[in-house]
Amino acid sequence: MSILNRTRTPKRAAKGLAESNPGRKLLGSKFATITVWTIAALWTIPTLGIFTTSFRDKKDIVTNGWWNIFIHPHLTLANYHAVFFGDGQSGLTNGVLPYFINSLVITIPAVLFPITIATMAAYCLSWVKFRGSDFIFFFIFALQIVPIQMSLIPLLQLFTGGVHLGTVTLIPKLGIAGKFAGIWLPHTMFALPLAIYLLHNFISSLPRDLMEAAHVDGASHFTVFRRIVLPLSVPAIAAFSIFQFLWVWNDLLVALSFSAGTEGIEPVNAKLAGLVGTWGSHWEYLTAGAFVTIAVPLIVFFSLQRYFVRGLLAGSVK
Amino acid sequence: MSSFWSANLPKIGQMIAAIAIFLAVLGAIFFIAGRANGKKQKPIAITIFLGPALVLLTFGLVGPAIKTFLFSFKNSYSTKWVGFRNYQWIFTDPDMRIVLRNTILWLVITPLITTALGLILAIFLDRMRRESIAKSLIFMPMAISFVGASIVWQFVYNFADPSQPQTGLLSTIVRHLGFSPTNWILTQPLNTFLLMVIFIWVQAGFAMVILSAAIKAVPADIVEASALDGASGWKQFRSVTFPMVRSTFIVVLATMVVTTLKLFDIVRTMTGGNFGTSVLSNEMYSEVFVRFDTGRGSAMAIVLFVMVLPILIYNIYNLRRERSIA
Repeated sequence: MSILNRTRTPKRAAKGLAESNPGRKLLGSKFATITVWTIAALWTIPTLGIFTTSFRDKKDIVTNGWWNIFIHPHLTLANYHAVFFGDGQSGLTNGVLPYFINSLVITIPAVLFPITIATMAAYCLSWVKFRGSDFIFFFIFALQIVPIQMSLIPLLQLFTGGVHLGTVTLIPKLGIAGKFAGIWLPHTMFALPLAIYLLHNFISSLPRDLMEAAHVDGASHFTVFRRIVLPLSVPAIAAFSIFQFLWVWNDLLVALSFSAGTEGIEPVNAKLAGLVGTWGSHWEYLTAGAFVTIAVPLIVFFSLQRYFVRGLLAGSVK
Repeated sequence: MSSFWSANLPKIGQMIAAIAIFLAVLGAIFFIAGRANGKKQKPIAITIFLGPALVLLTFGLVGPAIKTFLFSFKNSYSTKWVGFRNYQWIFTDPDMRIVLRNTILWLVITPLITTALGLILAIFLDRMRRESIAKSLIFMPMAISFVGASIVWQFVYNFADPSQPQTGLLSTIVRHLGFSPTNWILTQPLNTFLLMVIFIWVQAGFAMVILSAAIKAVPADIVEASALDGASGWKQFRSVTFPMVRSTFIVVLATMVVTTLKLFDIVRTMTGGNFGTSVLSNEMYSEVFVRFDTGRGSAMAIVLFVMVLPILIYNIYNLRRERSIA
C-alpha cells in the first residue's frame, strides 16, 4: 500500500527530490529529458501517421506520404462517412456501427463476468483458509501459460457437442456456438488465471484485523465479502477491468475462432482484420476504420489510466 | 435508421438480460448461503466462492490442455496413435526449423529489449517535469489492438517501386539518407526484426509503467543516505536502486516472455506468417484451423508450453518464497 501513497508525492516535494535521483544524475538530467521526449515522439509518430491519413483523399494517399498533409493541408471527411454509413462498393454495406455494437455487447459482459468470479475466488483463496488452498492458488497461477490456441477446439466441441466420457454425457451440448454467449464464456475462462492472481495479491494484503473483527461480530463470509472486501478492492477491480476491457476489445484470436463469419456477432476488430484482406489497397477506408476501432480503447485508457496503474500494482510490487 | 435499431436493439437487450440474470443468480445464492451457520458455513462458502472459477477453468483450460497433450501423439484426425511422429516432424521439417528459429529469436530478443527500455525510461522519467504526459504517450500503443497496430505500421514499412514516390516513412527516411529502400516486409531475416519493433512499440510502455512504480517505491532516505556516503550516478544506481527493483524487473521480464510466446496477432496481421516470419503460436493456429491437422497443431502447443515451463517454475519458486516471508 505504501506505493499508493508515494505515487501521490506532492509536486513541490518532487522537485526537491530531483537532485537525489540517481538515475537522472547518471548521465545528466538534460540528457535524460531529451531521451524521454525523443522516444515519446518516436512512439507517437506511427499513430499520427494513420490519424492524418484517415483525413486524406484517396489519390493523395497513394501518391505521397502522410506528412505532406502539413505542407499541403487538404482534408476530407469522406473516408469516415464511408466507414460509418457504407459506400455501396466497400465490404461494409451498412457501415461499421453494427460491428461496433457487437464489440460493446461482447466486451461489457466479458469484463463483468470474469471479474466477479475472480474476485470471489481470490477472496476464498486469501481469507477462507482450507487444506490445499495454496496448491489451488499455484495451480491457477500456472494456468496462465497455457496457450489459448490449445483450448479453442475443445471449447468449440463443448459448445456444439457437449462433453462425453465414453457413453456417459457429462455435459449436454450447450448450443451457444455462433451466439454472444459463445464468446462471453471463452473470454471469461481465459481471463480467470491472471485476474485471480492479481486480485489475490491485492485482497490478501487487506488488514487481517478488519476480517477478524467482522467474524467476531458474527459476520459470515458472504457478509465480509460484500461489506468489506468488495468496497476495499475497488482500485484493484477497476484496474483489472480496464485491462480486461482493452484485452477483449482488441482481441482477435477468440473473435476469429468463435464469431468468424457470423455477421450478427462479429466484433469490429475482427471485421477490420478481415477488411485488411478484402479492402487491400483501400487505405482511405482502412485508416479511418482503424482509427474508429482504436478510439474506444484510447478513450477508456486515457480517462481511466490513473486507476489502471495504481490498482494493478498495489500489493504486487515490493 | 429504423432497420438499424431493429437489428441492433435486440443485441443490447440480450446483453442487459445476461448481466441481470448473472447478478440475480449470484444475489440469490449469496442470500440463501448467507443463512447457513455453524459448521456448514465454511464448506458452503468455499464451494460458492471458488466453485464457479474451478468449473470454468477445468472446462476452459485444464481439460483442453490434457486433450491437447493426448492429441499431440495422434494423427491429423485424432483417429490413430502415432507416437512421437508429430514432434519429430516439428524438429526436422525445414520450414518448421525456420519457425523454431524465429520463435527463439523472439523469445531471446524482445523481452530483454522491451524490459530494458522500460527500465531506462522509468529511470529517466522519474521526477521529470511533465512526467505524466510523456508516460501517456509512450503507454498509448498498449491501448491499440495489434490489428490496428499492423495498419499503423504499414505506413512505416510500406514500400513502393523506386520509380514511384515512397509513401512509407521508413523508405522515405532511408532515401533521404542517400540509400535505396528495399521491400522491408519481404526481406529475410530483416522482416522478423521489423515485426519485433512493433511488439516493442506496443509493450515498452507497460514495462515502463510497472518499473516506474517500483522505482518510486524505493525509500527516498536510502537513496539520500547513499548520496551522503559519496555514491553517485552509475554506482548509486547499480548498488542501491537496481537491487531494490530487481524482483519487479524479473517479474516484468517473465511476463514479456509469456506474452511473446502467445504472440499471434502481429505475425498474423502483418505477414500471415509468410516470408519466413512465422512463429509457433501462429503456425499452431494455421495447422489446426487452416490445414486441419490437430496432431501437429497440438504437438506445437506442447512444445510452446515446455518452452515457458522454466519461467513458470522460477516464478512459482519466487512466489512461494515471498509468501513464506509474508
